Amino acid sequence: MTATQPAAGRTPVRRLAGLLHRHRRLRLSLLLTAPLLWLAVLYLGSLAVLFVSAFWTTNSFTSEVVRVWSTDNFHALLTTPVFRQVILRSIGVALAVTVLCALIAFPLAFFTARVARPRWRPLLVVAILTPLWASYLVKVYAWRLILSQDGLADWMLKPFGLGGPGFGLPATIMTLTYLWLPYMILPIHTALEQLPANLLDASADLGAKPGRTFRAVVLPMVLPAVAAGSVFTFSLSLGDYITVQIVGGKTQLIGNLVYSNIELNLPMAAALGTVPVVVIVLYLLAMRRTGALSSL
Amino acid sequence: MRLTRTLQAGAAVAVLLATAACGSSDSGGSSASGGGLNPPDLKAPTKLGKTEGQVNLIAWAGYVEDGSNDPKVDWVSDFEKQTGCQVRSKVAASSDEMVKLMKTGEYDAVSASGDASLRLIASGDAAPVNTDLVPNYKDVFGDLKLQPWNSVKGKAYGIPHGRGANLLMYNSQKVKPAPTSWSAVFDDASKYKGHVTAYDSPIYIADAALYLKATKPELKIKDPYALDQKQFDAAVDLLKKQNPNVGEYWGDYLKEISAFKSGDSVIGTSWQVIANLAESEGAKVKSLVPKEGSTGWSDTWMVSAKSKHTNCAYKWLDWVISPKVNAQIGEYFGEAPANAKACAETSDKNFCTTFHAGDTEYWKKIAFWNTPIEQCIDGRTDVKCVPYAKWVQAWTEIKG
Repeated sequence: MTATQPAAGRTPVRRLAGLLHRHRRLRLSLLLTAPLLWLAVLYLGSLAVLFVSAFWTTNSFTSEVVRVWSTDNFHALLTTPVFRQVILRSIGVALAVTVLCALIAFPLAFFTARVARPRWRPLLVVAILTPLWASYLVKVYAWRLILSQDGLADWMLKPFGLGGPGFGLPATIMTLTYLWLPYMILPIHTALEQLPANLLDASADLGAKPGRTFRAVVLPMVLPAVAAGSVFTFSLSLGDYITVQIVGGKTQLIGNLVYSNIELNLPMAAALGTVPVVVIVLYLLAMRRTGALSSL
Repeated sequence: MRLTRTLQAGAAVAVLLATAACGSSDSGGSSASGGGLNPPDLKAPTKLGKTEGQVNLIAWAGYVEDGSNDPKVDWVSDFEKQTGCQVRSKVAASSDEMVKLMKTGEYDAVSASGDASLRLIASGDAAPVNTDLVPNYKDVFGDLKLQPWNSVKGKAYGIPHGRGANLLMYNSQKVKPAPTSWSAVFDDASKYKGHVTAYDSPIYIADAALYLKATKPELKIKDPYALDQKQFDAAVDLLKKQNPNVGEYWGDYLKEISAFKSGDSVIGTSWQVIANLAESEGAKVKSLVPKEGSTGWSDTWMVSAKSKHTNCAYKWLDWVISPKVNAQIGEYFGEAPANAKACAETSDKNFCTTFHAGDTEYWKKIAFWNTPIEQCIDGRTDVKCVPYAKWVQAWTEIKG
């Protein structure tokens, strides 16, 4: 028994291996079916369902979804002032967070990639990543304490005769900037690290001052990395609705509107949900022009 | 290359659809189906049979505790032992979620607040309840029985469970003189600009309507949940004026407690349990029912029309308002029990006094949450009232 079993087990496996070896197509399709199904069914499929349900309506009393085709939701989306205002505000927040992240991340990444001693660099990268180990909610609630009345922000600014920003839009932007900063630092750090030193030397040899070298050599080579980081910060900020609930005071973003509509008016929530999808597709198209997507 | 073409196509489709949307008609939306409250003719059972061994519940957090959150808080295990009905419960976060879950038909009973109960009755998701089959019902406070949010035309659709008022809470160090009226958060709110708070739900529009009922008699508001377009607009207008003074809206009671402790909020709506907790955690707060009265909630256990475990559901209804359990839930959740005999069973002997359990005069000042529907529930027939779906839209616009 024991002698025959492995032999018997080996033959079908071998036969299968041979079959796969001979048929390249079969091999490939077996390999790719699962991930492609995942992408097509779960990801694109749910996007399609979202989009289709945005054209349905609800019964105004029982709030049941009525499958009657209508473009009223998109009409409301484009004509209601409050929706327009919230959409523009959300895009503004996402842009502000992205710009702030880029401004803060650049010098930091420059330090970790080029100024710090090489043996410290991995440790510094770990230090940048550590905030990602803590729970999102813990970090946001920490910011709620920092920004609350007589909290850390108020206490630190008091000697200068100032007060903290309190809860609201600025607080939301600050907190989101803090949350997504590592996603901006990492690509810039990598780009700066890969920047050949001899290019900088050549620039200096040709008589360029550090400022000129930065503008003419470093910046153009690192810009795609900044754009790559901005894809993260922009899309993550655009979709966030929890941070703004905790530190945003009474501010509403697109996510909050989706959330408040989801129980009573699912089609409207779906229509609102397509807005960030469209915005991000447009943003990705814009970023593709910078070559950022190839350095992701 | 292929990818970019797909993306471009996608963007083009999006733009096309957006333009198509602009030219759409304004029809649809509110159909006439919301109209009169003539619920489907469903029958309540006349006698109970053998228990089915299982019951599925939808409840507010803190209503169905089996000791898994806190080993000392458990009134489900004894129920299971005595009746043989295994309890499965689902905690819902909002009235809207409760309505949605009830529609699945997978649940037998729900602890619905007044802003959900009428919707459930009208859509035929909740069945009438034969109160004779709930022995403890006889001890329920009289002013909770057959109310507009738990009955239709004298037919009971549920068992009252407990009630509470939305209070005006304020920081006693920062708010001086002590407020006696809701004007402190409406007309005089600018005094505490940026530190006023309000409940984050469309039903809060009723609070504004209640204030207008007292201060603007020319609007002739009778019931804050039955507002015609003119009255509704006035309430929305008042809330839009309040908005610049609001620091934050609260949906989560823990957030409200922390805001009052830190001083980010100094005045606004609150619940008795929040006031008690905030005070025990050192916040200098006081709370009251202002002279205009207040809104409040009264929860009702309702049985699903599609229930497959009706006998167990009735056993649960009776269990929940039995004196001991009703007292336990009231104390754990922070609300006045529905059963008069529960007051003898509370561990804090002053509990019923603190929560005004049997204080009929106190509850007369409270306008309990109800579902706004097109047919005015205050009895007017010459006008149409603004349905809840419109309240939700208006609430989004108020917050801006």
